This record gives sequence, structure tokens and C-alpha cells, in this order.
Amino acid sequence: MTTATVEGTGNQMAAALELDHVQSHLHPEPSYDVADHPKPTGLEEIWRFTPLKRLRGLLDGEPSDACLEWKDELPAGATLTTITTDEAKAIGGIAPLDRLSALAVENSGGATLLTIDGELDSPARIVLSGSSTEQTVWGHVVVKVAPFSKATITFDHVGSATYASTVTYVVGDGAQLDVVNLADWNDDTVHAVQNGISVGRDAAVRFFEFTLGGDLVRSSTNVDYRGPGGSVDLLGIYFADAGQHLEHRQFVDHTAPRTRSNVEYKGALQGQDAHTVWIGNVLIRKIAEGIDTFEQNDNLVLTDGARADSVPNLEIETGDIAGAGHASTTGRFDDEHLFYLQSRGIDPTEAKRLVVHGFFNDIIRRIGVEDLQERLMSAIEDELATVVGNPAAVTA
Amino acid sequence: MSTLEIKNLHVSVDTEDGAKEILRGVDLTINSGEVHAIMGPNGSGKSTLAYSIAGHPKYQITDGEVLLDGQNILELSVDERARAGLFLAMQYPVEIPGVSVANFLRTAKTAIDGEAPKLRTWVKDVNAALERMTLDPSFSSRSVNEGFSGGEKKRHEIAQLELLNPKFAVLDETDSGLDIDALRVVSDGVNRYSAQGDRGVLLITHYTRILNYIEPDYVHVFVAGRLAETGGRELAELLEAEGYDKFTKAAV
Repeated sequence: MTTATVEGTGNQMAAALELDHVQSHLHPEPSYDVADHPKPTGLEEIWRFTPLKRLRGLLDGEPSDACLEWKDELPAGATLTTITTDEAKAIGGIAPLDRLSALAVENSGGATLLTIDGELDSPARIVLSGSSTEQTVWGHVVVKVAPFSKATITFDHVGSATYASTVTYVVGDGAQLDVVNLADWNDDTVHAVQNGISVGRDAAVRFFEFTLGGDLVRSSTNVDYRGPGGSVDLLGIYFADAGQHLEHRQFVDHTAPRTRSNVEYKGALQGQDAHTVWIGNVLIRKIAEGIDTFEQNDNLVLTDGARADSVPNLEIETGDIAGAGHASTTGRFDDEHLFYLQSRGIDPTEAKRLVVHGFFNDIIRRIGVEDLQERLMSAIEDELATVVGNPAAVTA
Repeated sequence: MSTLEIKNLHVSVDTEDGAKEILRGVDLTINSGEVHAIMGPNGSGKSTLAYSIAGHPKYQITDGEVLLDGQNILELSVDERARAGLFLAMQYPVEIPGVSVANFLRTAKTAIDGEAPKLRTWVKDVNAALERMTLDPSFSSRSVNEGFSGGEKKRHEIAQLELLNPKFAVLDETDSGLDIDALRVVSDGVNRYSAQGDRGVLLITHYTRILNYIEPDYVHVFVAGRLAETGGRELAELLEAEGYDKFTKAAV
């Protein structure tokens, strides 16, 4: 395995010379106006890893009335309503940072609003299912969490779709929110999503993403802080099989002092042309003194022919930070792990299975929603059965 | 009655300058019921001997054999050697994130015995083994070796030794880095294991200190990739008094 760790305290001189308006060198300005997001050529920083041709014309932005089927199970304190696009924008979440997100807002013809008010007794569960890849679906969802609420929301994505969506979270002061996003699509689905998370003063958000299915999934998760003391954990797992492109991008914009962010994504890849992309960007603005951030991405390459791209970026504009670091590893099974397990009598296939389970369990055990944890573990077991269960296919 | 015979063992590792021979003809026979201590200076090849017997892929056997009751275990895979009755307590046990101690121990026990242990007695056995090593029962839900102190890792190794109860145990510098209390706990564990009477121990160490707690039947001095001298307890006392100089000079 190769490990790169960067610890930084920033460049005080550069910070001293910065203007109040600091802009990320890696991201365009957010805007709802589609015209501000011209059609990409594929050379742009935010598009260079995405196979544009496989987006099935989503970038053209043809309007469509098609919808995914929604099923929900909502405890008291959680309500779903429909609002206009203008009302959705007025709630004030993060605006689109790329063309597909802007198109999703523009073409959705209104938004679905999930309001959370108070401490929920059980998770608010929403299942979105698609029945066909033929029609393009545009989606716009806003989640508004009242101050001091406490909730877990699960979004379960299944079926076949060609889908672009913008999901905006506005989390009130002191609220605690867990979001579990499961992408268990059929293998013909194309899904591009922008998750925007605005974190209130002293609020804590844990955002889980589990991406197992889909022909192409591109998930961009952007975070900003609306007051000091906010905390965010972005925790992800992805498992790419032959031909799948699974891309996860995070942009944590530390816009307030004494805020915290922790990003951990773990992926496994197997099969010819399985491709995963992880981009972890963190911007620490001049105002964001005393913040703490760490990003980590680990990739386990199970077979030949797979490719993992992993790019952490830190942009630091202040010299006064508590901690900033990132690490990225990509490799095959660790020989020392396998040797230790085998030296206790465990055969190589079982040893590999244990290691992969452990690799993912590290994230999964933190969900705290038991049936989802079990479902994820068994989904991973199914994925493993195709390769690790068949030692002849493992080249590691 | 079992026997572990190491015959004319030659082992090399790959280095940037090509293969380098570390073990240069080791001959040693351990019968069940015996405790053999191997003492040697740093770099003499003691750990290489331990890992070669266990089958670590880094080490290439260039000559010789290791027979467990007549079967050459060098022809077996790492897990097959363990199932044949060999155990290596490692000097630096690795951390395995996300794999709980409980799951690991049950999987290992199932592999060694060929059947899953009975759930009710097994949990008791595990808790008792941890407790004897003064490890809190909460260790069984922690990831294997993750965040364990150096001493906790060593005690975890000996807890495994007691639970898996192999025919032969190779202990690679299990005493290094232990304070006196931990050393006593670990030694008690090894003594319980060997007190069964039909188990063999190969105790590899740099220091004579552990021999105050574990009584060896044989002491071997290991220098420059082979055994330089064999004796009893008194040899350890000689080493304690005079160091390895006499043997390292002789080997040059």
C-alpha cells in the first residue's frame, strides 16, 4: 500500500494577503442559473474524471416530467410537502456547483420538502425507485431540519433510472442529523446528484453514502457552515464491479470558526474496467480559525483491470487551525493481515473475506440502524461471493 | 508424543543487493513436554527462524526441512501448518481494522478444530482466557490488535495460545517491551500451556529476564544464522554475566 499524509498549518503570509472573498481554486461559484454552468468539455477540474458520454445526454438538459416512485415511512415530526422552486431556493441551502445540479433544479418544476421538527422516535425512511432508464428524471429535494431536532433519515435508491438530482439540507442550530444514502441501483442506472449540506451553529451531521449499484454514479457532496461549532462526518462505502463508474466528490467549505469535518470513504473494486473516483476537497477560509479537518480514502483493489482514482485537496487560507490532514491508500490485500489470520489456521479465502468485512464494517457499524447494517453486510457478502469466494479469480 | 525437527534449515530474503542468506543451517529437535529457549543478539536470525517455520512469504527456504511428526511442514501453506498444530506468537502482531477479536477467535478455533466451538462454553472459554491475561472482556468486541498497547498485544497472543492449544508454540520475543507485571502474566500463561506435559515450546528471546519465570529445559545460543552452543539453564546465566561477545567473535 502507499500512504500519503499531509499535515498543514497553512501559509500565514498568503492568508494575511487574502481578500475577504476567498474562492476555491477547484470549484466554480455556486449558482442556480444554468447559464453559469456551460456544458463541460471534460477537461474541467470538476468533470475530468467523469465519462461524459455515459451520462445519456443528461448534460443537454431536455425537460422531462418523469418521476421516480416515492415510498415513505415517516414518524411524527417528519413531514413531506411539495413546494415551488422559488420557495425551495428561498430556504437558502447551497446552490448548484455544477451544470447537472442546476439543470435538476431548473427542470424539476418544484421541489419535495422534507421537514424535520423535534426528536424523531424512529428513522424517517424514503425509498426512491426507478422503473426504466428510457426517460430522464430530474429531482429536487430540500430537507429542512429545525433547530435542536434529532433525526435519522434514510434514502434508499433502487431500480433503473437516468436521474439527476439536487438534494439540499439546511440543518438548524444545535440539531443532530444522520442521513443514510443507499445507492442499490440496478446496473443500468445513471445517477448524478449534488448533496448540499448547510450546518447550523453547533449542529452535528453524519452523512453516510453506500454506493453498490449503477452503471455510472456521480455523487457530489458539498458542505458549508452557517455558524461556529458545527460538525460534519461524511462516511462512505463503494463497491465497483466490472464496467461500473462510481464517483464520489466532497467539498467541505469551512466557512465558520471552530468547525469540524471528518471524511472517510472506503472502496473495493473488482473486475475489468471497474472504476472508482474519490475527490476530497477541503477549503479553510480565512475566517475559519480553529477548525479541525481530516479526510481519508482507502481503496482495496481485488482484481486486475480495475482503476481507483483518489485525490485529496486542501486549500488553506488561515494560519490558525487546530488540525488539517488527509490520507489516501490504494492497494491489494495486505500480506501481513493475511499472514496473521492464516497463521491461526484460517484458510486464504476466509482470511480475505474477514479482511474485506472488517474494512467495510469499520464504517457500517457506525450507522446505528440495525436492519440497514445487516442489509449492507449481506449486500457486500453477495459482491464478495463473485470474486473472493472464488480464489482462482483473485490475483492479489 | 510429538516431535518438531528442524534439519539443516537455510533461509534467504530478497534485498536490493539480491538474495541474502539469514539462516545458515539450523538443526534443532523439540519433543513435546520440552521448553527450548533460543537466545541471541539482534540480527542473528532468531525471528527469521520463527517466521520461516510459520511460513511467512518473505522468507525463502533454500535448503533443509522442518518435520512435524515426520511430515515436512515446509510443503504446507501457512494455514495448513497452523492446522497441523503449529502456533507462532508474534513480536509485532498486526492490527486488523473492523475484525472483532470474538469473530477472529471463533473463526480461528473453527478452522483449527474443523468444527465450530459450542457457543455456550466458547464464550466462557474466551472470557476466561482474556481474564487470565488480565484483558478486560470488552476486548472481544474490539478490532484485532487495534489500539492495543504493546503489552496488550502480547497478552492477546498468549490468550490465543491457550485457546487454540497447538502441539508446538513458537514465541518470538514475547517478553520484549513488557513490564514486570505483564511479563509475569504472560509467563504464567506459557507455563499453564506447557504444564499440560504434551506440548512443546520454542521460546525466542533477547533477554534472560523471562527465564526467571519460564524454566527452560534447553538453552541455545543463536549467532549468525545458526546454533552456536546448547546447554541448560547455566548457559543463560553465562550469557547474563558475559554477554554474547564470546559467541559473536567465534562466529566471525
